[in-house]
Amino acid sequence: MSAAELSIRGLRVGIAHRHGVDEIVRGVDLEVASGEKLGVVGESGSGKTLTMLSVLQLLPSPLAVLGGQVLLDGEDLMHADERRLRAVRGGEVAMVYQDPMSSLNPLLRVGTQIVEALRAHGVPVEAARARTREVLGQVGLPQPERIESSFPHELSGGMLQRVMIAMALSTSPKVLIADEPTTALDVTIQQQILDLVSALQAETSMAVIWVTHDLGVVARLVDRVAVMYAGRVVEQAPTRKLFARPTHPYTAALLASLPGPEIGHRKPLHQIGGTPPDPAHLSPGCPFRARCPYAIGRCAVEEPGLIDRGSGSVAACWREPELWES
Amino acid sequence: MLLGIVRRIVSMAVTLFGVAVVIFVVLRLLPGNAVTASLGVSSGLLTHAQLAALNHFYGVGEPAVQQFFSWLGSTLTGNLGISLASREPVSTLVGAALPITLELALASMVLGILIGVGFGMIGALHPGRWQDDVGQGVSVVGLAIPSFVIGTGLVTFLSSVFHYFPASQGYVSLLQNPWLNIQQIFFPALTLSLGIGAAIMNTTRAAMLEVSGLNFARTARGKGVSTRVLVWRHLFLNALVPVVTMSGIQLGYLLGGTVIVEQIFVLPGLGRLLVTSINNRDFPVVQTITLIFATGFVVVNMLVDVLYTIIDPRTRR
Ligand SMILES: Nc1ncnc2c1ncn2[C@@H]1O[C@H](COP(=O)(O)OP(=O)(O)OP(=O)(O)O)[C@@H](O)[C@H]1O
Ligand code: SF4
Ligand SMILES: [Mg+2]
Repeated sequence: MSAAELSIRGLRVGIAHRHGVDEIVRGVDLEVASGEKLGVVGESGSGKTLTMLSVLQLLPSPLAVLGGQVLLDGEDLMHADERRLRAVRGGEVAMVYQDPMSSLNPLLRVGTQIVEALRAHGVPVEAARARTREVLGQVGLPQPERIESSFPHELSGGMLQRVMIAMALSTSPKVLIADEPTTALDVTIQQQILDLVSALQAETSMAVIWVTHDLGVVARLVDRVAVMYAGRVVEQAPTRKLFARPTHPYTAALLASLPGPEIGHRKPLHQIGGTPPDPAHLSPGCPFRARCPYAIGRCAVEEPGLIDRGSGSVAACWREPELWES
Repeated sequence: MLLGIVRRIVSMAVTLFGVAVVIFVVLRLLPGNAVTASLGVSSGLLTHAQLAALNHFYGVGEPAVQQFFSWLGSTLTGNLGISLASREPVSTLVGAALPITLELALASMVLGILIGVGFGMIGALHPGRWQDDVGQGVSVVGLAIPSFVIGTGLVTFLSSVFHYFPASQGYVSLLQNPWLNIQQIFFPALTLSLGIGAAIMNTTRAAMLEVSGLNFARTARGKGVSTRVLVWRHLFLNALVPVVTMSGIQLGYLLGGTVIVEQIFVLPGLGRLLVTSINNRDFPVVQTITLIFATGFVVVNMLVDVLYTIIDPRTRR
């Protein structure tokens, strides 16, 4: 495997206060190589968005990075100066945010906001305008000239989502981080976006991190999947392997909640019994314990780290899948 | 768009008509009438016939509705009547005073916005730091001390400590003597602008802080735009709506504020004329000035509305 384009190491995010810290992201390691697509799945509140926002240091206060590294092609972004960070943001690493309705400036035309992203990275005005029109067309928006001169409130959620994707892709970033970018899109448009990302990737060997609730998208798009639970990665495996043979009980439960063996259905992830724990206030032991049908004594005492399960897959569980049924 | 303008003008006219009715009624409710007002105590010595003739001349005996419309009609055609106290046309008196008050209001507003937006922005960009503390200090002073105290203090200070009293030579206009005029207007404007500035400062600061936590601000940062673009194009532009609202409200208060400050700084503006005319029961003058203040208020509100539609596309239709 080639060297990682973007790598997140031991990332911890939380809120520091006088009596200590509330840790929400508790030591996450993720890597994506250029030309590779990594999927990140996990229940609501598992820390996916906070992990992604940390990459570009966009966490809202009082949240802050408590520790860990973010390396872009080997360069530590946590210690980059303001100038360098500005060049990376939207230039080398572009992000599509989760809530498209509130993620655009309501007082500026959509086109202006995309042109601005290009201008911030040294593209001349005329070229920026042309490129704006081009990307708006690429994400499947009809009449790009009309969209360009619209204000955000004049567009639907699905259209805004595509505008956000167009904006992120406009600068041809080395890394694209997309946080649930297709939730408001119907299946056809969604497929069009996935095809576009794959095509661009073949062309520019961009690295992609795709955060989603949708296992169907995961199956169709990404090469590798990381499953997050309570602020940690609990399983990571090549996509085929993960679907064929999950090695963490939480992943197994996710897959079991899918209707039937055929993948490709749009099905949200929250159909597992019980509620996820608050990552900031965990009791000792495995955080999945309360909902895990395979828990043993050790699970209540010690939290498992990621253990190699062979053929490129790791899982944070004390028990081997072979032993689950015994 | 055209429809919107027409609708606005109609609603402005309706409002002003209402204001005219209220002014008319309130002034009729005061004891005394035009005859007693113009002749004072000596009106008690008039014979019946004289009184009847005078009543007829001033239109005192006519039905109120008829009086109202004849006043409204002549006002609209530019005939504002004769001052009962000085026997001069109201238009002459008001015409001389109006530019002074306008200049004072404009200068106060400009100063107030500069102080308010300036300190508000600086405070919001350095929350909790010394720059913010300076702004908060100015704001407390501006809000807590009433303008007549600041004004009197300023006049006393300038005249007793510096033996400086720019109003001593009487008011001069900007065209006659620009430098003296600016000195004469600056201190009263400063007095008024502190309160305005404090209110605008608090609004600006709060709006900036709120806006910078919103998602679109994160998107802008995430695009790698320069600080200048982030602060002005994204944050300030969005903070502008509450700032404009607050400025409009303050401009409304300002009209009342000029009355006091013109007294203190001896500026022969509308406010001073109003006070004198009320004391003299000089109805035609009082009516006209009140109507001018009300019109100013309505016009300011309309301007604020127009500004909204310019700033925020969501309010356009
Ligand atoms: N601004 C904030 N202040 C305090 N806590 C926060 C804030 N934003 C998120 N959190 C907490 O951090 C945890 C992780 O949030 P995050 O947004 O990363 O979850 P997520 O995995 O992206 O969930 P979703 O699938 O719903 O988007 C949540 O439990 C949430 O309560
Ligand atoms: S460690 Fe124990 S509780 Fe946690 S997932 Fe594995 S078996 Fe279940
Ligand atoms: Mg999220």
